[in-house]
Amino acid sequence: MNKISIIARREFLSRVQKKTFLLTTIGLPILIFGIYALIIYFAVRTSDNFTIAVADKANIFEGKLAEKSDSEIKFISVNNETPETLKQQIDTKKIDAFVFIPEHFNIMENKDSVQVISGKSVGIITREKIVGKLNNIIEEKKMLGSLNLTKKQLDSLQQTNKIIFTSTTGVEDSNKKAGLSYGVGFASGFLIYFILFIYGTMVMRGVMEEKTNRIAEVIVSSVKPFQLMLGKIIGIGSVGLVQFLIWIILIISLQFLLPLIFPDLLTQMQSAPMQPAIAGGATQESAAIAGIMNGLGQINWVLIIGCFVFYFLGGYFLYASLFAAVGSTVNEDPQDAQSLMLPITMPIIFAMVIMMNAVNNPNSSLAIFGSIFPLTSPIVMMARVAHGVPEGVTVLELIASMVCLIVGFLGTTWLAGKIYRTGILMYGKKVTWKTIGTWVFRKY
Amino acid sequence: MNNILELNNLQKHFGTHKAVDDISFNIEQGNIFGLLGPNGAGKTTLIRMITGIFYPDNGSIIFDGKKFDPINDVVKIGYMPEERGLYKKMKIGEHALYLAQLKGLSKADAMSKIVYWFKKLEMESWWNKKVEDLSKGMSQKLQFVTTVLHEPKLIILDEPFSGLDPVNANLIKDEIYGLAQRGSTIIFSTHRMEQVEEICDHIILVNLGKKILDGTVHDVKQQFKENKFSVKLHELPTEINTTAFTVNEQQENKLIVTINEGYTSNDVLQYFINKHNTIDSFSEILPGLNEIFIALVEDTKAKTRAFESVA
Repeated sequence: MNKISIIARREFLSRVQKKTFLLTTIGLPILIFGIYALIIYFAVRTSDNFTIAVADKANIFEGKLAEKSDSEIKFISVNNETPETLKQQIDTKKIDAFVFIPEHFNIMENKDSVQVISGKSVGIITREKIVGKLNNIIEEKKMLGSLNLTKKQLDSLQQTNKIIFTSTTGVEDSNKKAGLSYGVGFASGFLIYFILFIYGTMVMRGVMEEKTNRIAEVIVSSVKPFQLMLGKIIGIGSVGLVQFLIWIILIISLQFLLPLIFPDLLTQMQSAPMQPAIAGGATQESAAIAGIMNGLGQINWVLIIGCFVFYFLGGYFLYASLFAAVGSTVNEDPQDAQSLMLPITMPIIFAMVIMMNAVNNPNSSLAIFGSIFPLTSPIVMMARVAHGVPEGVTVLELIASMVCLIVGFLGTTWLAGKIYRTGILMYGKKVTWKTIGTWVFRKY
Repeated sequence: MNNILELNNLQKHFGTHKAVDDISFNIEQGNIFGLLGPNGAGKTTLIRMITGIFYPDNGSIIFDGKKFDPINDVVKIGYMPEERGLYKKMKIGEHALYLAQLKGLSKADAMSKIVYWFKKLEMESWWNKKVEDLSKGMSQKLQFVTTVLHEPKLIILDEPFSGLDPVNANLIKDEIYGLAQRGSTIIFSTHRMEQVEEICDHIILVNLGKKILDGTVHDVKQQFKENKFSVKLHELPTEINTTAFTVNEQQENKLIVTINEGYTSNDVLQYFINKHNTIDSFSEILPGLNEIFIALVEDTKAKTRAFESVA
């Protein structure tokens, strides 16, 4: 036991102390986050004051546009100007853009379009705001004009009745929650998929390095090969856990830091997608946010995080030992690893496919099979657990899956240990699946 | 003298291939023991069974008076395999510390022993260098240190001098003698027979998984001597005519003679004395281990191994 911890410590420290570890763990997320932040920042950034002159010869807006002005977009009524004089005003930077509605413009004929002419290209958020404000008036005018409704009737028409999904257990199964469950299930399944691949191949490369370096025989004269394999798997697994811990801390702290760096960014981001629905006003916007919050509250985070850690560790241990076994059979040529890896990567990819299905339909028979079969369960079960217990997965199924995973992990580790102890000391011979089979049943 | 190691009828099969086929021998404590054999003879498999990497199919290993316990006894064994390497990215001091801790030494204990050995072999300045910066000879020295650091009762060295310059080879050789004097037993595996003659007390020769020779270097040479003598004369006689010996070779005024059956070396001397030839020197020619090795191995029709013998 003590020797396993010495080996695990070396594996852990030799990776964590590398400069590339710091670079990938801290630098990469910051870089990705920073790039996204910049992209979003520039996309939503608007000039402080965007002035649009409106020459409304057909009197469509009835002068109501000026009321729609806000801190960013200012409409001014200039009914006496011609397009030529307005263009000059753009050149002299008096205005940023203008709308010219000719006298024969017919609001009921949809082929007539409103043209916004600007000096330079308009940012996407500003564009949406202008469209929203213009459409708002045009739509209202169209409905009031053609249907003879009062303003009050129109407002009540625009409100939709709520449609609520409720499960037999009485828990409200809101759309928001279903969407969030989908997102959470997909994200955590995908994350485990990545973990299996990234850390699995890290274990494999570590074993190959030990073998090609010819240090394996030196080490196994002090410790049992199984201890060496387990130490390596535990050491690299802890690297993974630490890396995730750092990422989680980074994400949380960046969320707090970002509003400090870009004070108005988040308010813009929150309000931006809501613009088309501006008719409903702030009430709808806050209702949407409240819905998301409500959905987040309904997801059982303790269950999800608990399951994530369990399936992360279970899946990692199950596959890492198999990756170690493959690494031990490879000689000098890393290309050999490719073909030997295939039987291991197939179930992972297969699990990914089942997960895509399960996240939509957590109770299909394929999803149930995939979430209990130990080679696919770490990925598939996350998709089902996100839908909650017992809506997505029954307690019995969850327990069966966990037991199967533990049994599967013990099985693959035993199998891998057999292959590993022969493979690690074997040089010069190209290994086939048949020879690996004989190693498994060989007595030492 | 008690035996540190007793192997009794050791067998190890890989499929149908008999890597080690019924080998028995004993090693006395404090001996420098030569384990010889051509490539693929089963030496590595034999060593791996002694170091606990493989379990024998049949037979028993008695280590230090008790049945060999692969888990606890490996601490008392230091093994420097022929195929040896180090973690390239590690610092030398840390690497030595790591291997010592795997042998069960505490950190403080390991540290003081590393300092002692590094000082002894003039390696102190290496501590913070990376293994990848070492030359082959330097990493060889480091490997030797990590093999003997934990003061094992049994040290197994497989080709310890390959890649070492004569100065460093002598340095290591002196350390091997020193370790043997302090009570460690050394199993020394090599193909370099002149080193075996120089260093080893006792040798065994294995081929095709079987032991074909066992004895002290002196006994083996006696066993394989061909009654050859070298006679240096002041003046060569023009004609030699005797039934006591036959002349094999003649170099200036030196003769290589083989004594015939029923005669002794005294008969040779008597012959020249009677002929009034002055004898400058007279000595027995013992066969080199190299010749014995080649003769025995060719006799048993050695196969050169195409690949590693464990398969």
